[in-house]
Amino acid sequence: MSVKKGRQTYVNDRGVYIRETAAIVGPREKAGPLGDCFDEVRPEDWGEKTWEKAEAKFICAAFHKLMGKTDRKTEDIDCVLAGDLMNQCTASSIGLKDSNAPYLGLFGACSTIAEGMCIASFLINSGGMDNVVCMASSNFCSAEKTYRTPVEQGGQRPPTSQWTVTAAGGLWLSSEPGGPEITSVTVGRIVDFNITDSNNMGAAMAPAAADTIMTHMSDLNRTPDYYDAVITGDLGITGSGILREITGLSESVHMDCGAMIFDPVKQRTNSGGSGCGCGTAVLSCCFYPKLIRGEMKKILFVATGALMSPVSVMQSESISGIAHAVAIEI
Amino acid sequence: MDHDLNGLTKEKYAAVADRHSAGSNVVKNCALAFVSGGLICIIAQLFYDLITCSAASHIFGEIDEESGKTLTVMFMVFLGVLLTALNVYDEIGRVAGAGTIVPITGFANSITSPAMEYKSEGFILGVGSQMFRVAGPVIVYGTAASVTAGFIYYLIR
Repeated sequence: MSVKKGRQTYVNDRGVYIRETAAIVGPREKAGPLGDCFDEVRPEDWGEKTWEKAEAKFICAAFHKLMGKTDRKTEDIDCVLAGDLMNQCTASSIGLKDSNAPYLGLFGACSTIAEGMCIASFLINSGGMDNVVCMASSNFCSAEKTYRTPVEQGGQRPPTSQWTVTAAGGLWLSSEPGGPEITSVTVGRIVDFNITDSNNMGAAMAPAAADTIMTHMSDLNRTPDYYDAVITGDLGITGSGILREITGLSESVHMDCGAMIFDPVKQRTNSGGSGCGCGTAVLSCCFYPKLIRGEMKKILFVATGALMSPVSVMQSESISGIAHAVAIEI
Repeated sequence: MDHDLNGLTKEKYAAVADRHSAGSNVVKNCALAFVSGGLICIIAQLFYDLITCSAASHIFGEIDEESGKTLTVMFMVFLGVLLTALNVYDEIGRVAGAGTIVPITGFANSITSPAMEYKSEGFILGVGSQMFRVAGPVIVYGTAASVTAGFIYYLIR
C-alpha cells in the first residue's frame, strides 16, 4: 500500500523499481549537448506522410526498444500508461494499438511522464499489478500544428518561447527488485498565477513546480539538500530562473531537462526545449544511467505541464500549470 | 486559492516573471525587418524593370505599366510559394520577422503553409478548408474596412 504523508505525498510501501528505460529522439535533440545519451535517432517525419503517423511510429518504436532491452514479453506487462500532446492523445493510441498490452491514456501536458509514474506507483503498490510501462512522446511538427502555426509559416519567436522536443521514451516499472527505486511520489495541484502568454510557458509552469517541490519537502520533512538533484521537466531557461528565485533552490541542486537538451545559442531554441518527450527522454537516457552508475544516488524528478489547449488560449483563459514529483533513490 | 508560495501574490509574481522574461530585441528586429523587407522590394523592382525595359520588349512584346505591375505581383507570390514549398521561407522568417510577413510574399506563405500542413486531412476538409486559416481574417477585415472607408468617402465627398 502507498502510505500518505502530509497533504499530497505517498511513500511506497511495496518497492517500485525502474528496471529499464529507452528513448528515441529527433535530429535536433541528437545535435544537442545530450545527444550521445539517447538510444536512437530518427528524422522528425520518419518517412511517414503525416506528423501524426510519424509520432505514433516514434512511440511504437520506443515501446519495442524498451521491451527489447528486457527479458520480458509484452504479455508480462500489466499496463502501459502513455500520453502525448496531440488532440486526444492521437500518437499514443495509434502507436500502441498493436502492442497488445492493456492501456491507460493520460493527458498531463508535459507532466505526463511523472503523472504516469505516480499512477504506476499506486497500481504496483495496490498489489494488483507488477509490471507497468510509463511512456510519453512529443514531436516538434505535430505540436506546432496542434498549438501554434503551420510548420512552414515564417515568423519570429520571442526569447521566452520554447522548442518542442521530438522524442518518445518509456520506463519499465516493476515490483521486482533491481535498479533505482521510486520511494515516494507527490501528486501536484493545478496552480494558476494568471500568465496568459502562450509563448512564455516557463513562467506559467514555474509556480506549479515550486508548489509541488515545496509541498514534497514539507510533507516528508526534507530539505532540497536531501537530493543530489531536483530535476524539473521543461521550465526552460526563463522558467528555471523564476523557480530558483521563488523557491530559493540553488543552481547546484536544481536542473532542468528543457534547459539542458539544446544549445540555445547554436540551435536557436530561445528558452530551451519543452514537450512530453523532453523530460521523458532526459530522465530515461541521461539521469537513469547516472543513477545506475552511482554518479547520483537520490533525485527528485518533477515534470511540469502547461494545462492549456488552443481553444483555451484563443478564449484568453490564463494558462494553468501542473507538476508531479517522483523521488528516485538507489 | 490556498497556494501559499511564501505569500507570493499574483501581482508580485507578475513582477518576478517579467524580470526573468527577456523581451525581444526591438532595435535589432526592426533593423532586420527593414533590410529584409527592402530586399524583397528590390527584387520586385528589378523584376518589374527587367520585363518592362525596351530590351525585353523584343522577347515578351510591349508590356505596359499596369500589366508590368500585375506580373510583378504574380512573380512575388510565386516566389513566396516556391520558397515555402522548399522549406526555406520559415527559416528566413525566423530572422527577418515582419520583413517577410508584411510583403505579399508573406501573404503567399500564410496560404501555402497551412495548405501543405493540412494536406494530410485531404483536399476538401484539409487543404480547402484550412488554407485560409491565417490569411482569411486579413481578407475578411480588409474587405470590411475597404467597404467602410468607401462608404465614408461617399458621404463626405
